[in-house]
Amino acid sequence: MIYLDNSATTKPHKEVLDTFVQVNELYYANPASIHEAGVTAHTLLTRAREQVAQILNTESKEVIFTAGGTESNNFAVFGTAQVSTHKGKHILTTEIEHPSVLEAVKRLAEEGFEVEYLGVDSHGVISLEELKQKVRKDTILVSIMHVNNEMGAIQPIKEAASIIHSQSRAMFHVDAVQSFGKLPISFDGEAGPDVLTISGHKIHALKGSGVIAFRKAFKIAPYIVGGGQEFGLRSGTVAVPQAVAFAKAARLAVENMDIQYKKYVVWQTELRTYLQHFGNEIHLLSTELGAPYILSFSVRGLKGEILINALQKAGVIVSTSSACSSKQTKTSHVVEALQVEQVFKKGVLRLSFGMQTTEADIAAFKEAFEQVMKQLKGEVVV
Amino acid sequence: MIWKEILIRYGELSTKGRNKNDFINRLRENVRYSFNDLMPLKIRAERDRMFIEIENEERMDTLMERLPEVFGIQSFSPVASCGKDMDEIKALAIQIMELYQNQDITFKVEVRRTDKNFPLDSHAIQREIGGTVLRKYQNLSVNVKKPDVELRIEVRLDAVYMMAQVIPGAGGMPVGSNGKSLLMLSGGIDSPVAGYLMMKRGVRLEAIHFYSPPYTSQNSLQKVKDLANELTKFGAKIRLHIIPFTELQVLIKESVPENMTMTTTRRMMLRIADKVREEIGALAIVTGESLGQVASQTLESLTAINAVTSTPILRPLIASDKLDIIEIAERIGTYETSILPYEDCCTIFTPASPKTKPKLEKVMHYESFTEFDEYIERAVKNREVHILPEKKVQEDKFADLL
Repeated sequence: MIYLDNSATTKPHKEVLDTFVQVNELYYANPASIHEAGVTAHTLLTRAREQVAQILNTESKEVIFTAGGTESNNFAVFGTAQVSTHKGKHILTTEIEHPSVLEAVKRLAEEGFEVEYLGVDSHGVISLEELKQKVRKDTILVSIMHVNNEMGAIQPIKEAASIIHSQSRAMFHVDAVQSFGKLPISFDGEAGPDVLTISGHKIHALKGSGVIAFRKAFKIAPYIVGGGQEFGLRSGTVAVPQAVAFAKAARLAVENMDIQYKKYVVWQTELRTYLQHFGNEIHLLSTELGAPYILSFSVRGLKGEILINALQKAGVIVSTSSACSSKQTKTSHVVEALQVEQVFKKGVLRLSFGMQTTEADIAAFKEAFEQVMKQLKGEVVV
Repeated sequence: MIWKEILIRYGELSTKGRNKNDFINRLRENVRYSFNDLMPLKIRAERDRMFIEIENEERMDTLMERLPEVFGIQSFSPVASCGKDMDEIKALAIQIMELYQNQDITFKVEVRRTDKNFPLDSHAIQREIGGTVLRKYQNLSVNVKKPDVELRIEVRLDAVYMMAQVIPGAGGMPVGSNGKSLLMLSGGIDSPVAGYLMMKRGVRLEAIHFYSPPYTSQNSLQKVKDLANELTKFGAKIRLHIIPFTELQVLIKESVPENMTMTTTRRMMLRIADKVREEIGALAIVTGESLGQVASQTLESLTAINAVTSTPILRPLIASDKLDIIEIAERIGTYETSILPYEDCCTIFTPASPKTKPKLEKVMHYESFTEFDEYIERAVKNREVHILPEKKVQEDKFADLL
């Protein structure tokens, strides 16, 4: 199987799985228990937390283990809104956020919060001017994703942070699910985010693991309440094996980031050049300013699903714009926001690379795609 | 990197006359201790200030992070340097003052010119740099009498040195400059704070802890080690004496009336501590007692307990409110550990209603029927000594997992 759908999820690394199994076998005690086995599990959890904190440039007590990106995003949005109403009710986000942010703010809008959306240009990038105009004194939350999951646009986090922090007391949340471990992203005082969302299964850790991390001790309301685990911010017995596996995957990702980045750039360039051979049959959604590990493009007049099935027959796994929306028939909100021409709206394909992607995978894709285009374009009237 | 060295201004020790050299040497040793992961560290000590050379950015960050915790330092400043060229000097001044660009503050430029061959004299340099900075950062203004910030420039023979930022140090005196004491470390909130305050006055500490297995767990022991470990970051190693106390505690319970056990227990602890103190050559005993906080800390209790020794007992928290103590504990990083809910030897045999006003004669009367000495000797002899900071062996087994 040629797996080119790493933005949907990744295959866990062998060494990460080994960690997961070992922790389950040896340190399965509840880290909140006061017996020795519990204390040992707690010590291990603390080590994992410290490792993640160090990577993110924050204190370990600011790192909360969650069940993944969606929970972290929900937590950031609802947790901030609940404690900030005395400061204001204005929330700012972008049109191309992940649904776990968009649906959350939509619910807040129904509850009386004022939500505004930043548009994006043809590169999928927000306008800092628009941000400057829309951030207000009573803005309580600005949520901007670092890298877009559907086409790889990179948002100017540093510049946005300076604007947000100088013009408001808003919490700046960055959904880094698609960028952590692939591009540099961490806390950086006023020149960076206040809250970060990271997901484990996008960095070759396990599904059901993630992190929400804070720059410093901000006031935020817990989103899941109960036994008061994770400093009272995220109740529920902590999944120590997931957390430790996450910490290991995070370390591996960051340690290999530079090497991987160079590979991604080569493949992105290679494929962009290759796709140009098809002339105006293909429209590239990902631009050269985006993340090199995501390549999103559309084939004229075709449905994405047909392309995916055809490629799958040749053993190549890719996805439509995003795994979450691929089962829905309506056009993705990101594609809409990019104002893609009508004939290209349905046929969006997304290739996404990971640490296990190889040069051979890229070649195999090209070969399969060549065949598929011949077949399909032969049958379909243009 | 523009930074060249860090200038350290001494704390109270600048006033110490003939002992001054001892103090300075002690401070230098303590700085070396605090940064022993950065060895070799180039430290140059002068009569009124000390310089630490910086080789790279990472070292700079570590120094800036940990220097505020070293006692005996009044304040410190990062010093930058550049070549002896007016354009370079201007550029550096702008870079240094960037820190204040968003603040409405006043400043002045102070110039010292050791290199008399430098083409411009002090006043000329002052005027030019002042003007440059003012033009660049519009919200700064000049005040020569009482500036918020002084941009100091020294034109020396080798290069030009410049600094502005003055970061407050921890104050106090270098640990070890005022002798050694034995800290009674219980595992609660108060005793680490008491230890910290004495360290701040230049006292080197060893610590003593009473351990009653199986009633108290390995956890409570680890907790005390962690607390002692926290204290070591303020400038010195700490030896921790763990006293096996179970046997004596059981004996006390059997020997004296229940409402007296607390007082007698404390008296025995103090007798043991005093013996250890004598062995290690410490001059005083430090406790975290705060007047009236619990039954053992009323004046009557303190009198009855203190009667076992004439050694000075230092109680830096005696007049402190609990909330103030907690505030310090949080600041020095011991609070989180202190509140971990493990039983310690003081909480296991606690009588329902201990005497808050024990009479010394009565306590002595009840104790007189039992021979405690032999037990005390044994407890002292069988103590375990740990030298902190110690590497946590347990954590290494996790290395592969992470």
